[in-house]
Amino acid sequence: MWFGTACGTMGTRPVAPIGGAARAAEDWDRATPPVVAPPGAVTLPAVQRHRLSNGLTVLIVEKRRLLVVDARVVIRAGAAEDPPELSGLASLTAATLEEGTATRSALEIADELDFLGASVDAAATWDATAIAMHVLAPRLEPALELLADLVIRPTFPEDGFHRKKAERLTSLLQERDEPRAVAARVFAERVYGPEHPYGRQAVGSRDTVDRIGRDALADFHARHYRPGNAFLVIVGDVDAATLLPVLERSFQGWAPGPVAASPPPDAPTAAPTAIHVVNRPGAPQSEIRAGLVGIPRASPDYIPAVVLNTVLGGAFTSRLNLRLRQEMGLTYGVGSRFHFRLGPGPFVIATAVATDATDTAVAVIRDEIRRLRDEPVPEHELERARRYVALGLPRRLETTAQITALVAETELYGLGDDYYADFVDRVLAVDADEVRRAARALLDPERLTVVVVGDVARVEAPLSRLGLGPVHLHEVP
Amino acid sequence: MLRIPFERLRLDNGLQVVLSPDPAVPVVAVNLWYRVGSRDERPGRTGFAHLFEHMMFQGSAHVPETAHFALIEKAGGSLNGSTWLDRTNYYETLPARYLELALWLESDRMGWLLPAMTQEKLDNQRDVVKNERRWRVDNQPYGDWDERLQAMVYPPEHPYHHSVIGSMEDLDAATLEDVEAFFRTYYAPNNAVLTVCGAFDPARARELIERYFGEIPPGPPVPKLPGDPTVPPVIGREVRAVVEQDISLARVYHAFRIPPYGDDRHYPAQVAAQILAWGKASMLYRSLVRRRRVAQDVVAYAFPIVVGSAMLVIWATARPGVDPAALESALIEEVGRLREVTAEEVERAINLIEARQLSDLQRVDERADQLSMFTSLFDDPDRINTELDRIRAVTPEDVRAMAEEFLGEHNRAALIYVPFGEGRSA
Repeated sequence: MWFGTACGTMGTRPVAPIGGAARAAEDWDRATPPVVAPPGAVTLPAVQRHRLSNGLTVLIVEKRRLLVVDARVVIRAGAAEDPPELSGLASLTAATLEEGTATRSALEIADELDFLGASVDAAATWDATAIAMHVLAPRLEPALELLADLVIRPTFPEDGFHRKKAERLTSLLQERDEPRAVAARVFAERVYGPEHPYGRQAVGSRDTVDRIGRDALADFHARHYRPGNAFLVIVGDVDAATLLPVLERSFQGWAPGPVAASPPPDAPTAAPTAIHVVNRPGAPQSEIRAGLVGIPRASPDYIPAVVLNTVLGGAFTSRLNLRLRQEMGLTYGVGSRFHFRLGPGPFVIATAVATDATDTAVAVIRDEIRRLRDEPVPEHELERARRYVALGLPRRLETTAQITALVAETELYGLGDDYYADFVDRVLAVDADEVRRAARALLDPERLTVVVVGDVARVEAPLSRLGLGPVHLHEVP
Repeated sequence: MLRIPFERLRLDNGLQVVLSPDPAVPVVAVNLWYRVGSRDERPGRTGFAHLFEHMMFQGSAHVPETAHFALIEKAGGSLNGSTWLDRTNYYETLPARYLELALWLESDRMGWLLPAMTQEKLDNQRDVVKNERRWRVDNQPYGDWDERLQAMVYPPEHPYHHSVIGSMEDLDAATLEDVEAFFRTYYAPNNAVLTVCGAFDPARARELIERYFGEIPPGPPVPKLPGDPTVPPVIGREVRAVVEQDISLARVYHAFRIPPYGDDRHYPAQVAAQILAWGKASMLYRSLVRRRRVAQDVVAYAFPIVVGSAMLVIWATARPGVDPAALESALIEEVGRLREVTAEEVERAINLIEARQLSDLQRVDERADQLSMFTSLFDDPDRINTELDRIRAVTPEDVRAMAEEFLGEHNRAALIYVPFGEGRSA
């Protein structure tokens, strides 16, 4: 990107060719693909680690050429901290930060953000609450002051709270019309059961959100939003030496305090394989989710699991997509992923198929899981999966927002500052034995939860005939 | 403030090329726009441009079936394509050293698609696309809104009257002969723009592009659009439809003809959409969501399309218990306030559009796509650098005049979705 007067049009700066794979003019032939050369070295962002006087950890990446900055405050408390009866609390707390602070009303906050050309997004995941800001570099200082105010001094005013709560209740009502949202909710419930946090939704349910009062938000904020329980990532056109005093000033009012940290959730007892059908009479397609309890982000099996998933459903040429879409034409697409969290998040296969193909799709999913456990993945297929994961790393480091996300992930899960230094090599070293071992450890066909949101009248009998497990019928929750 | 460098060239076969080097990140984006979209479809073949796009991924003379995906993924790259009213694009982003691979793949399907085409592949992708329609449209609440609005805003003979996804019947009717004719008509180098953006050596790129694309013969002149692309600037009266669906909340859509994208008179509509509904300080969010609490959400979007008239769409979802008729009157009242828009509201909207554009252009794939777009639609890649000037030139008076001329009842298509059984009251 060329911003500012110092950088002109082409020719004013040297262009560094990054080549190597090109063939000489005389020996090319259209029938032969250009050689896919070995990967080049990846330049990782240089992270500077600092600590403010109130204990807040600050991670800075200077990307001086761009005129934009991403700043993200990460609170180490997310939806996993929600009391079961108040599920949705962390998420509603984050959503209500912008409703007012000690010195700013909701409208003043919205106006000020617009005036600065800045955007703020506050949201809770399972593991954390992130308040993310994007702003042009010249306006960073006032923007940081506003960001700090939102984090440190929200007042959760009665009126704004009721508005956000009503909005949330309405969106939970809307969810019932969305087959994908219904499938996700029922799947989590069935895999983790009602006692486990991951069996609920980070946004809560209509019952639990209805119970949340304004004081619960203030209490959640007071207990978790503490500098010793948080970190700040800043990436973009900044100079750390001049930025640090600004940060000290902006965040000085954030007092350290006792931190109420819970251990991450354990794995639940896995349920035996069963199919759950949520009825949508007349639905032209069935939304399918199939999966089970996975592993935490910090698990030593992380890399084999990612490669395994790429073979099964993480890329376009994964086995499930080649069969269900490219061979059989049953779906627009199918994908799978491990949801990596502090605790063991789910592994999920997701697709939507024409109603009459529901049983066929579920059978293919079962067969492909078995095949990964029974047969070693051929080398050419494994090589493609490894390289897709390893060589894709530079594409994740292009924008300030992407770099911010990567730095935040590394810090939140305690992966270590040099985690990505040998990431490419470690991925490229995964072999067929390791993938098969991971498949056997992680993908147990006897512990598969299948959720189908579709027309019960047309899918129940064929699904029963599969003999995969009992078929249970449900109404839209 | 913003200056993205580029150079242009044109091969002897008519292929337009835009090169925009940026060594900052070791990735490269290859992006192709073909000047063909749903607007070019003949009656009885709606959805065909998109179905054809799928066929472009099924292999070509020197690229076996699924090898296109496999080779890009093996290089750690990502890829996709998309079809819209005015164009079809194809793109891949990959580690910089694999530029040649992407050029080889794109050139092979531009020049040698037909030898690899089979009835089996067509039938398979027809099934995939029909499932795409079920997924996007038929099994989604409000999923057919754009299809319905296009039919209400544009007359049957206009190229924008039908949707990109098309009808199941027309998808069923598509034949291998259609694929061949479509390819020969539209997929020629003289009907395409190729952009390369990212870390590469321009001299080497020029050499590779000449090597891989230079021998593809030009096609015949591209036929003019089917039907009648001219259309009066306004609809002339209000058009209404009420649709009952299996939904919990009613939703009101209002669509208006506006001047086409690229026309100077189009930009006030872009600014108006920003003022109306982008962000929590926007006019409709403040009034309908926050103050009057009749809407759950509001959206406004000016389609950047170029044939005859473009379209501005505004929608609001009713809060539970809110009568859609009440929501609609509130919406009309608030949109009417654009006729008194202040200088500050306009300035703020322009700043926000600018901030968003600068963030979007951090990515090489986005830069490549915009360079292809401006070259394809306006023969002017430099609009990536000057487009914001057109936005900045919009005055409060321009927005007021635009609202007066285009956002009234005389030019409104109103589409109201209501839960089953509530159609009569809406």
